[in-house]
Amino acid sequence: MEILIIQILNSIFYAAVLFLIAAGLSLIYGVMRIVNLAHGQFYALGAYVSAWAVGGLFGASAGGNWWLAGQLLLLPIGAFAIALVGAVIEPTLLRPLYRRPEEYVLLITFGLLMVIEDVIKLIFGGTPLSAGTIMDRMGSIRIGGLLYPSYNLVVVGIGLAAAVGLWWFVYRTRFGVILRATSQDRRMASALGINVGRVYVQAFAIGCFMAGLGGAVVVPAQAAVLGMGVDALILSFVVVVIGGLGSLEGALVGALIVSFVRTAGIQFFPEIELAALYLIAAAVLLIRPTGLFGRA
Amino acid sequence: MQARTGPSHAPLLVAAAIAVAVLALIPSLVDLYQTELLIYGLTFAIAALGFNLLLGYTGLLSFGHSAYFGTGAYAVAFIMRDLSVHSMELCILGGVLGSFVISALFGYVCVRHTRIFFSILALALSQVLWSLAFKFFWVTGGTDGIRVPRNQITLLAGLMDFTGSGSYQRFVYAYYYYVLILFVIAVAVMWVIVHSPFGKALQAIRDNETRAGFVGVPVRRYRWIAFVISGCFTGLAGALWAPLNGLTTPDILYWPFSGEIVFMTVLGGFRTFTGPIVGAIAFNYLKVYAVAGSPYWQLVLGGVLIVLVMVLPTGIVGTIERLAAKLRRR
Repeated sequence: MEILIIQILNSIFYAAVLFLIAAGLSLIYGVMRIVNLAHGQFYALGAYVSAWAVGGLFGASAGGNWWLAGQLLLLPIGAFAIALVGAVIEPTLLRPLYRRPEEYVLLITFGLLMVIEDVIKLIFGGTPLSAGTIMDRMGSIRIGGLLYPSYNLVVVGIGLAAAVGLWWFVYRTRFGVILRATSQDRRMASALGINVGRVYVQAFAIGCFMAGLGGAVVVPAQAAVLGMGVDALILSFVVVVIGGLGSLEGALVGALIVSFVRTAGIQFFPEIELAALYLIAAAVLLIRPTGLFGRA
Repeated sequence: MQARTGPSHAPLLVAAAIAVAVLALIPSLVDLYQTELLIYGLTFAIAALGFNLLLGYTGLLSFGHSAYFGTGAYAVAFIMRDLSVHSMELCILGGVLGSFVISALFGYVCVRHTRIFFSILALALSQVLWSLAFKFFWVTGGTDGIRVPRNQITLLAGLMDFTGSGSYQRFVYAYYYYVLILFVIAVAVMWVIVHSPFGKALQAIRDNETRAGFVGVPVRRYRWIAFVISGCFTGLAGALWAPLNGLTTPDILYWPFSGEIVFMTVLGGFRTFTGPIVGAIAFNYLKVYAVAGSPYWQLVLGGVLIVLVMVLPTGIVGTIERLAAKLRRR
């Protein structure tokens, strides 16, 4: 029974991280119709920047609750750094290609994927970076006879807050209206006086922010390693395909489905755990190409 | 029938003959290592040629062609290990047959969509194969892969084997010509395909799907056939690659390898027939020397791809053609 609760908590933890990454991917696709193959790299870069900031400014030695609070406050720096990176990349590398067939944008993001992988290696080196001190200091809670790290619950909280915040942002603010208008009809939005170029930069930066945030919150629980971006990209692809490209609700439901299937898979059918996920994605694409929540 | 009104094929045949003659002479001019590199280049060229039937001629960007390359390679490894068959011809037959089955199956699903959905569907299905190869380690060796020992291979129905002293050298030279002949056949077959009425119909689908449908082209079925042909070419390349590399690992099934096939084709230029061939050979050199020269080879390759897409979107062959046309006009 306790194991079941812990497995469910683990699934929700993974779902929160996956949602952050996938929501960014989905937002970028929804507004700009770009499938960003470098999105996983933004997640990895966010993890590295946060781990570096937390580990660099706060050594592993000192303790105290203020120290912990400082580390927690510093953690989202990865997300802001990646938003900045996104705000630079969109106007310089992506904007010149919007008039060309969509294959070219896909290729640019594939090139970016390779470049960022090595930029990470160049800046941070090949050894994994961790912000595990945060997780250690936060201790754990008791569930029945078992211990569970409290930090994981913080991540779930951040995931929920991000979901609510993003929903409010897209559906309840003026900027959200502009975003949705641009997403539905770029030309019409432009004709109505919306600065589409600026909306694109903002949407791309927000999408990158979400990926960076995903990396930032995961790094106290799992060390940042090379190759984490490529793996995360494919999983978040599965999430947005199941939920529907461009749909926020879809990203949330998709993240939950993927995490629960994964957790169950690791427990009961470890050999085909990954294959099952890809097959679900393929089946959804086949039956409902717009996903469970996508609009045609 | 179709050649009667078109321009004469003679200059083209002469150019092709010169190219093949140069390729046939290369092993006597360069050392063993360079010969081996060129074999890799030629096998990738077959893969890219097949891939471009979809991208360049049918207008479908597959991000899952690692599946068919990997199927070809793994089929050879299985045949050698489990069936103890060492004849390369039988291995190739098995590899192409395997990729035929897989591409027929995957293609049937993929051609239900176009554009980005097609790409993602192809990618998702290729990842199924990767995860199976990765997880079923007692069948596939997991990340260790399966060894494909070169010295057990026999070519030309057992006429040539590679045991005893100097076998490595003999293998490389013999295998070079073996791959070259298959490469020439593959290029000739692809040339016939893209210039046949079927090939023209594919280009019509690429340019205007609706119109092609109204003219009476069975759009989905033709896309499927193109997909299967494309998969078989890529599978042939994978089968030829396996003994050359001596090892098959899940890396060749993982999606970044699909990205590399796309890269090769774009590097050469996907709007031309020879583009993927030139691109694959050039990409192979680029990658080998980038990996040897720098620990940050992905930075080099990614940078090249970005510059290519921004500045030279028509690729090497497309750019040369444009320059040649400019010179001719003067």
